[in-house]
Amino acid sequence: MAQTLAEQILSQAAGRPVQAGEVVTVRVDLAMVHDSIAPSVIRILHEQLGAERVWNPDRIAVAIDHVAPAANLQTAESQNKLRAWAREQGIRNLFDVGRGIAHQVLIEERLARPGLLIVGSDSHSTAYGAVGAFGTGMGATDIALALATGQTWLRVPETIHVQARGRLGAGVTAKDVALKIARELRADGATYQAIEYHGFDSFSVGERTTLATMAIEVGGKAGIVPPTGAALADDYVPSWLTVEADATYSRTLAIDLDDLDPQIAAPHHVDNVTDLRNLGRIPVDVVYLGTCTNGRHEDMAAAARILRGRRIHPSVRMMVVPASSEALQLAVADGTLSTLLAAGATLGTPGCGACIGRHMGVLGPTDVCLFTGNRNFRGRMGHPDAQIYLGSPEVAAATAVAGYIADPREIA
Amino acid sequence: MSRIWRFGDDVNTDQIVPGRYAPYMTSEAELRKYPFIEARPDFAPTVQAGDIIVAGRNFGCGSSREYAPQALKLVGVGAIIAPSFARIFYRNALNLGIPLFEADLQWLEDGAEAQLDLDGGILHTARGPIALPQPPAWMQQVWQAGGIVPYFRQHGRFPGEAAQ
Repeated sequence: MAQTLAEQILSQAAGRPVQAGEVVTVRVDLAMVHDSIAPSVIRILHEQLGAERVWNPDRIAVAIDHVAPAANLQTAESQNKLRAWAREQGIRNLFDVGRGIAHQVLIEERLARPGLLIVGSDSHSTAYGAVGAFGTGMGATDIALALATGQTWLRVPETIHVQARGRLGAGVTAKDVALKIARELRADGATYQAIEYHGFDSFSVGERTTLATMAIEVGGKAGIVPPTGAALADDYVPSWLTVEADATYSRTLAIDLDDLDPQIAAPHHVDNVTDLRNLGRIPVDVVYLGTCTNGRHEDMAAAARILRGRRIHPSVRMMVVPASSEALQLAVADGTLSTLLAAGATLGTPGCGACIGRHMGVLGPTDVCLFTGNRNFRGRMGHPDAQIYLGSPEVAAATAVAGYIADPREIA
Repeated sequence: MSRIWRFGDDVNTDQIVPGRYAPYMTSEAELRKYPFIEARPDFAPTVQAGDIIVAGRNFGCGSSREYAPQALKLVGVGAIIAPSFARIFYRNALNLGIPLFEADLQWLEDGAEAQLDLDGGILHTARGPIALPQPPAWMQQVWQAGGIVPYFRQHGRFPGEAAQ
């Protein structure tokens, strides 16, 4: 029987053919735990499960990315304990302060690969679908059980088939596609389901990551871009992982890339999306370029193309927080970073930064922010009265120049 | 008697416990103060053990932070009833042993009195009894065990295929 990519990967992980709707116990290929959840995970491992050792230290990755570097004594102490625990357990894949956001780093390190089942303590673990893995986010108890046993349980999800047609125009990006999908499916449109993204063979791994990270914003359990096309030619794709034309999908959503305009999610819901042109003139105080959704080198380079030779509007603060040290090094090497700094941007340490509202650019009550991240929930980045708009790196750069949310096609 | 706490659609984990309120090793005594601290400031100080949350669609969307359902468990929320739940929240709540029912009861008034008979799956209200949709048997077994960790320790395996 033909299977979706999610069914194929979960069949491998279960050791038998499975189909949507079944509840199955599966082997985990890789488990990721990050700094802000790890203390709870370790507590559950030791105090509730009585597990002294993790199941396999080589299949565990630890990332210190959420509050990196530490913002206060509590986080500093907690991170020291996490480092000591990882050493004691023999976990070599510890990505410490400055290496970057777990999702970006695991893809760069080739720990995330096609066909793997990856569970992570962060909801944006759907990102691993960028390279054809089944990535899903879980809470502390689930991750603790996975670390102790190498297994978890899952309901095999139905799959939504997203089908793109055409090509993106100038100034329109993968982020606009992700926001358009949120606009069409709504915040709960893929609840309990996986998404497969078809028609994106020309997309880079970074563009695929933008799509896959935002699968969770429509409720998705996983968001998988088939590992085909030029971007993944050198990645090992297992022979059993193939798109089967007669697999059963719960629905199909067609996205016409030719006609897509820059999209904006207005406060305070990710699916409160409109064409930028319908927005009116929204003055902005903060432009924040970064996160697992849009903090890669190509995102910074896209912003730099618009900002080259220009100055950021005097009423705007622009934060740039690279998704990883590799992204930062690339941006240094090709002059992208100096362009951004010359325009007046400020640089933060690679990591999650203010996306989670704990440090490095927390918003005050009157702040209006154009954010390249994935969530604009009330209070997410700081004060609950702050206004967060989501847009692409190009829109971020155009907005930084204009001082209001602006269309990159009118700035360039 | 328990009371009904009404919430709307798309209640997210940042509304349940804003990220900046529960960094790292927050104690249970602290966490108890935080549920809906900004979205509904009267909730944490006055909620009683056994009270029931009745919400709209997609309850618990957003982060994987388990301290969102954990905070609701700490204050004694007896069940959450909504037409749909975000799946990470659903798992986290199930793992902690909080009963969830998928039903649209948004016509119930905020502050209404009600009594939940968990075994029978009946919500007794002033307007009569409401039969709640029954979750699969294995899910009820997780509730009865008190959560996924006690379940796993009792059975030596995860719920699902072997129990169906």
